[in-house]
Amino acid sequence: MSYQWNWGVFLQPSAAGDDTYLGWMFAGFKMTIALSLTAWVLALILGALVGVLRTVPNKTLAGIATAYVELFRNIPLLVQLFIWYFVLPELLPASIGDAYKQSNPVLQQFLASMVCLGLFTSARVAEQVRAGINSLPKGQKNAGLALGFTLPQTYRHVMLPMAFRLVVPPLTSEFLNIFKNSAVCSTIGLLELAAQGRQLVDYTAQPYESFIAVTLSYIIINVTVMTLMHKFEKRIAVPGYIGGK
Amino acid sequence: MKRIVLAAAVMAACSSSVMAQESPTLKKIKETGSITLGHRESSIPFSYYDDKQQVIGYSHELMLKVVDAIKSELKLAKLDTKLMPVTSANRITLVQNGTVDIECGSTTNNTERQKQVAFSTSIFVIGTKLMTKKESGIKDFPDLAGKNVVTTAGTTSERLIRKMNEEKQLKMNIISAKDHGESFLTLETGRAVAFMMDDALLYGEMAKAKKPGDWAVVGTAQSKEAYGCMLRKEDPGFKKVVDAALTKALTSGDAEKIYAKWFMNPIPPKGLNLNMPLSDDMKALMKAPNDKAFE
Repeated sequence: MSYQWNWGVFLQPSAAGDDTYLGWMFAGFKMTIALSLTAWVLALILGALVGVLRTVPNKTLAGIATAYVELFRNIPLLVQLFIWYFVLPELLPASIGDAYKQSNPVLQQFLASMVCLGLFTSARVAEQVRAGINSLPKGQKNAGLALGFTLPQTYRHVMLPMAFRLVVPPLTSEFLNIFKNSAVCSTIGLLELAAQGRQLVDYTAQPYESFIAVTLSYIIINVTVMTLMHKFEKRIAVPGYIGGK
Repeated sequence: MKRIVLAAAVMAACSSSVMAQESPTLKKIKETGSITLGHRESSIPFSYYDDKQQVIGYSHELMLKVVDAIKSELKLAKLDTKLMPVTSANRITLVQNGTVDIECGSTTNNTERQKQVAFSTSIFVIGTKLMTKKESGIKDFPDLAGKNVVTTAGTTSERLIRKMNEEKQLKMNIISAKDHGESFLTLETGRAVAFMMDDALLYGEMAKAKKPGDWAVVGTAQSKEAYGCMLRKEDPGFKKVVDAALTKALTSGDAEKIYAKWFMNPIPPKGLNLNMPLSDDMKALMKAPNDKAFE
């Protein structure tokens, strides 16, 4: 096939005249990192909370936590994103909704994306946390209770310190996933890495250079995350358990 | 010496007779007995799905005329047509890598794209304008300063409005939606006060609106653009057949009839009439078909 390679395209000033195309890619790179990290913080906090709740003896609390996980885990990410971005503002009272919709679109896109990715991932984190807690020998909980700890104290001082350390390796893959899933947010117009790549194709008609650059950027992000998490896993590994020696 | 001259003459004779057949696309079509057509999903009234998920539209009808011409050129008894939906973002790649053989939709012929693909004789000429609510008070582009404006990602309008924003410091917030349907949704839900796009497509979106009467197309055209069908580059044999078919349609009055059907009469899905009279640019195109880009 006839294709004109042109790697110099990245150094050309963009058609809009605001930056070079490399600058666009870098802006997308930063947006992907900012979105994924904020969503990850949200996912960790909510996921840890819901994961713990799924294991408590109280049927109502455990039921609510289960419903939460099933809701966010079983609806496709793209559908969730459209609900957050397109449907939710319509359900607000008209005056608030209109004011919100007239605000800065990048802010609206970022908020919807962050909440959507965060909640979606939190359901998955919750499952990992629950599995971590359930993998502990029953004796640990019983021993805590027998020593006179209340149930929250047993969780706080006996079970969670162990469980959280055990679930770090599976959480690493969720952490990697959140960066990759963030590409979905390009569908509502958020200019993250994948969207900038697509935009580069539109403006320069050089699809291969653009997509190769996007691919490399994702690889750079994920190799960095993997390396850091590997170091972290080694430091906190429990001797005698998965990953420990 | 004589032998060399003879050999050269024979080679020249061979190559000139082979030339007509030497189109990789025509060869492929002949061998497989099928052609893959690229179409759009929501470019009303050029190429879109009707309520029965059938592809219809102005560009699509012209593309089918081209298919007929290819069929008779190759003297095929039967030619299977496969339909492949394309988007603004993937259409160039899909033509280049051979997934689709020809794409007639609402693709602007410009010099940047000519580096990657070839364009047929133009099939339509449009101007880029704004759609807005009638009561919004927006009359032209300067009224957009500081407001949210939507356009479709990957279009010439996106490029023009970003450039205008940068050059005139209008401080617009530009939303790039993924297709025309989503752009209009963004406008309709009040996220943006105006939608910048090719005028014909704006009339098309208006026809889909819940209350078409609420909307108006306004503003001075920011650019003129020629739509063409996209073909693979370096295949002059195929382009010749396509151009001949389109030129015939344009000059014979067939295209004008197709135009009247899609722009001056009620069209699916809502039976709305776009009422967009034939422009001077279109009349000029029908008089003298060409494959020139405006920019």
